[in-house]
Amino acid sequence: MSIKFKIIGLDCANCAAELERAIQKVSGVENANINFMMQRMELEFDENHREEIIDKIKKVIKKEEPDVIIEEM
Amino acid sequence: MKKRLRKIIFSAILYLFSMCVKFDNIFINNILFFISYIIVGYEILRKAVRNILRGKVFDENFLMSVATIGAFGIGEFPEAVAVMLFYQIGELFQSYAVDKSRKSITSLMDIRPDYANVYRNGKEEKVDPDEVQIGEIIIIKPGEKVPLDGYLIEGKTNLDTKALTGESLPREVEENDEILSGSINLSGVIKLQVTKQFGESTVSKILDLVENASSKKSKSENFITKFAKYYTPIVVIIAVIIAIIPPIIIKDASFIDWLYRALSFLVVSCPCALVISIPLSFFGGIGGASKMGILIKGSNYLEALSKTETVVFDKTGTLTEGVFEVQKVEAIGISQEELLKISAYSEYYSNHPISKSVKKAYGKEIDEKQIIETKELSGLGIFAKIEEKEVLIGNEKLMNENQIKFTRCEEVGTVLYVAINKKYAGYILIADKIKEDSEKAIKDLKKMNIKRTVMLTGDRKKVGEAVSQKLNIDNVYTELLPDGKVQKVEELLKEKSDKGKVAFVGDGINDAPVLALADIGIAMGGLGADSAIEAADIVIMTDEPSKIVNAIKLSKKTMRIVNENIIFAIFVKIAVLMLSALGLSTMWEAVFADVGVSVIAIINALRVLNVKK
Repeated sequence: MSIKFKIIGLDCANCAAELERAIQKVSGVENANINFMMQRMELEFDENHREEIIDKIKKVIKKEEPDVIIEEM
Repeated sequence: MKKRLRKIIFSAILYLFSMCVKFDNIFINNILFFISYIIVGYEILRKAVRNILRGKVFDENFLMSVATIGAFGIGEFPEAVAVMLFYQIGELFQSYAVDKSRKSITSLMDIRPDYANVYRNGKEEKVDPDEVQIGEIIIIKPGEKVPLDGYLIEGKTNLDTKALTGESLPREVEENDEILSGSINLSGVIKLQVTKQFGESTVSKILDLVENASSKKSKSENFITKFAKYYTPIVVIIAVIIAIIPPIIIKDASFIDWLYRALSFLVVSCPCALVISIPLSFFGGIGGASKMGILIKGSNYLEALSKTETVVFDKTGTLTEGVFEVQKVEAIGISQEELLKISAYSEYYSNHPISKSVKKAYGKEIDEKQIIETKELSGLGIFAKIEEKEVLIGNEKLMNENQIKFTRCEEVGTVLYVAINKKYAGYILIADKIKEDSEKAIKDLKKMNIKRTVMLTGDRKKVGEAVSQKLNIDNVYTELLPDGKVQKVEELLKEKSDKGKVAFVGDGINDAPVLALADIGIAMGGLGADSAIEAADIVIMTDEPSKIVNAIKLSKKTMRIVNENIIFAIFVKIAVLMLSALGLSTMWEAVFADVGVSVIAIINALRVLNVKK
């Protein structure tokens, strides 16, 4: 399953790359692709644990980039 | 952003003042420097503290804070403020540049329609385009965007399709024409019968494509992210080593001196310039291309396009118009008009594409009463009696069988020979016309050192060879079935050099497998053809082959800028790192290697956006 998020408050390209790597490591995430220029993230993950995975991702974001908010599109 | 700019300006004034006016008491100067530092650096310091608490060490806020606090510690007040000040200027510039290029792409998204005027229960209603169903009637007034695809059922107007095709001339449309969403109505009020839901409409497809364009990353981008991953930790570790080891092992070494060198390292440790300028260049390239009506689905394809070695063309619909038209009427003994008229009358009851093109070329109303009799002669042509004239119209064989003396036409295409009352009256040449800019496109490709141009066609050998000869194409393979095209492209993929790429250009109809197989699949005339937009890597919205030349040129320009930035940034950083390790460079050079290089690389990247339309 794949969903798209709008990313708000991500202001540096290197942080975007780091955040992408961190999210890719979250278990259950098959692939994460952050598009810094469009401020988007495309996420492929295990559908059975949807809420759990999104929760974990939000925690990772809080740790890596506290100013960043994601919104499902 | 304005708040940030105000802080920077305020801090800079204070800084300059403190640099120029020397107070008797150095302490006052230092206080001024410190205030200036806090104004511009507070945000960074705050983030740095927060990130350390979270265990993030190699964070640029943290590195900048350590470098500047360290500089204060060893009494280098002006340097400390300058590092922070320039760092912030660089950041501001960076977000300005990103913003600017983002806007240039999102301006393309202005084609998104906000509403549709739908005709319901005898009334006009303003609704969300999403709510309109297939078959409903919508009204579009001058100045409004066409919200959904459909057929024009009433009215006449000019449409601005620039956002879709890059074509600046307005398109005239009238009843029964197919209208694509995303164009802007310029002059008259029109009514449309909707043929597609909003989600399936051209405008949605294009927006979707543009929004996702930069998500497929190129090799260069991946290289940079990997580089950045190792670069920062390595530089920081070396900085720590420099600060600690030499003062211990070298006699008389001053700890302050080595600490200063280490701090310079920290200033250079951010890979920002590279990390931002590379995607920015690709993004600019994709944006510039879309302005020309060329949609590129990802930076990886832009990168591949720059290495194109072989360009393979499909013939019909790509290099040629794909429409059979009367190219020539050669009349003997009667007028051209008369020959065309008699032929059109004779072909009146036939539905063959050839007959249709003859009737179209004649273009006038046909008086059925004049047609006494027509008979199809299978494999030969038609016999007809038009008033008192007996007409034979068909191929060479028909002429031979009726022992009619005629002159053979050597031109390529389908030739209809006409005999009236058993006497040869001339011929009509029907052929698929070569597109106006095909020849120039091939010529320009050759000028750009494309090693090989190839044409594949399912058409007959004679026709295919004539077209390729006229266009000066290197290799031509004719009479190919769809799987024959796949096989040929496979062979071409084997024959190219390791790094070279094979691009296939087709019209998206029937060639989806080849589009997918080639390194780069380019679909042409993609407007309205959903399958083409899906199967191809690059979609050319108009049907001009010369756009391929533009696309390759743009890809080369983008790659040149990307490589310039990579080499320039890495070279300057390493040079400054070595000089600071040896104590030959000051923190000022380090600031340049960090912020200066970023700014230069970004300015260089923004060059891609300036494309000639």
